Amino acid sequence: MSPSPWKVFGALVRRDAHVVSRELPFFLLRTTLQPIMFTVVFGYLLPKMGFVQRGYTGALLPGVLGVSLAFASVQAVALPMVADFGWTREIEDRLLAPVQNWVIAVEKILAGTVQGMIAALFVLPVARLIMGPIEGLSFAHFSIVLGMTLLGAFAFSAFGLFLGTAIRGEQIGLMFGLIVAPMIFFGCAYYPWKALASVPVVQYLVLVNPLVYVSEGMRGVLTPALPHMHLVVVAVALVVISAVFVALGLRTFDKRAIS
Amino acid sequence: MPLAIETRGLRKVYPAPPLRRRTMGGPLATLTTPGSQAADGAREILALDGLDLEVAAGEFFGLLGPNGAGKTTTIGILTTRVRPSGGSAAVAGIDVGADPVGVKQRIGVVPQRPNPDRQLTAIQNLLFHAAYFGIPRARSLPRALALLDQMGLADRGESKVDQLSGGQQQRLMIARALIHEPEILFLDEPTVGLDPQARLALWEVLRSLHREGRTIVMTTHYMEEADRLCERLAIIDRGKLLALDTPARLRARAPGGTLIEVTLDGDSAPALPALQAMPALSRVGAKDAELIAYAERAGEVIPGILRAAEQVGRLPLDIRLTPPSLETLFVSLTGRKLD
Repeated sequence: MSPSPWKVFGALVRRDAHVVSRELPFFLLRTTLQPIMFTVVFGYLLPKMGFVQRGYTGALLPGVLGVSLAFASVQAVALPMVADFGWTREIEDRLLAPVQNWVIAVEKILAGTVQGMIAALFVLPVARLIMGPIEGLSFAHFSIVLGMTLLGAFAFSAFGLFLGTAIRGEQIGLMFGLIVAPMIFFGCAYYPWKALASVPVVQYLVLVNPLVYVSEGMRGVLTPALPHMHLVVVAVALVVISAVFVALGLRTFDKRAIS
Repeated sequence: MPLAIETRGLRKVYPAPPLRRRTMGGPLATLTTPGSQAADGAREILALDGLDLEVAAGEFFGLLGPNGAGKTTTIGILTTRVRPSGGSAAVAGIDVGADPVGVKQRIGVVPQRPNPDRQLTAIQNLLFHAAYFGIPRARSLPRALALLDQMGLADRGESKVDQLSGGQQQRLMIARALIHEPEILFLDEPTVGLDPQARLALWEVLRSLHREGRTIVMTTHYMEEADRLCERLAIIDRGKLLALDTPARLRARAPGGTLIEVTLDGDSAPALPALQAMPALSRVGAKDAELIAYAERAGEVIPGILRAAEQVGRLPLDIRLTPPSLETLFVSLTGRKLD
């Protein structure tokens, strides 16, 4: 008598697709403006002024993609979660759907993954345009680029589910100030991880930061000639990070859904 | 008749509220909310304390009690949103804890505060909710249109939810709760915040839904609403069932006579002995500045009550008379008023 979980899942996806497609321009503006402005300053103005070396853009472009991807994925899941469980209670109509609550949470992660990928694929040509020709940029393995994007977006969507359900609405500003901002600056987005060898303490401390693996993974697939972490290390790290945050996020989601 | 709802010894203890209230300082920080009591440790909140309920299929059933009585917690457990700490609950014969999905399939829920999906229009709210229940659009669209019409929202289907008034949003919530044709409809204080006209309109809707044969479980703290709509009423307070019967039989159980409440300009206790000596008063009590008494003919005893107050140096500030009703029954059962 109950519809199959897949059918309900499909309906949840259609709802999010409907809402996201309508909001897409605003979503892209909100999540990619910062990385794009960063690209303008560090990928265009500073090289023009001669403050940074020409080759820097090769290290910067993959990092900017990583930041866009991570920021968009976290926001796409965490912000609605905080609002839904905090004051609008909007998600309650979905909690009444005849499926286990984890199905609803997993759908949120997947919707966030898609939004993160869209943000990254939007920033890629824009950043390339701003930076001009980039030495060593290769799209030879575009399917691997997509795979890496998918893995990174999934990990950060799961992280967003955890953040959005673990923190209270009034702490949302704190979340971006204390967690997301340091994550972006110490995420090896604006410099390759190998270059941190000059400050070894920092080089090992940043390994707890999930963004490091996304940035390095992007380097590995987009500018493979430049120094980067081994892709296998990146993939394993992202799978582990995803697993941890899916497990944590499903638990905190359930705690908010059922009192 | 099969049971729509059955609870046995249902208990719910909420953990202590977060410590952050401590920052407000003072002993207040360790108090639990009024209407609850501590089980162990001073700060756990006992919301339900062994509730037994049976609701027959097709019944219009009311849960009546003041704020904090445990009504919303009861609805929360029956609609799978609150995990009970003890006891059992079954909806349409299905155990809520063992098969929440099966329960969700059979119920419709109207929340206390409208929570429409604000990203969607009114009709999209209904169509997507139907889709969550696996109903194809070909079937849900005509039904959504009919429900909008029934709820007086026929011309608001394409409106954004934020453009609807509070009453319209509440009716949209009822339409949403009915879109998948649930066997049992739960409504949690559905008329709070509605103007009198909207409230009467909602009553009509609920009556017609009940005539269609649906089981309706509604919480309210409005006596009149419970009296007029419900076939049977459970009066609960502090998580316990105090009385359960038809409104008419409950009214008949109300203590004899009119409830007389006299507010004095100071402590009322000294006047109590004089009241106890008055044979025309069936029950008397004193609490703070309040004297409470029941009498068959209130008009005859009021001068005597006022004299008794004057003799101990108190002046009456206010006098209220309430004829026997669910209200007086409630006061006699709980010692306090509904709101």
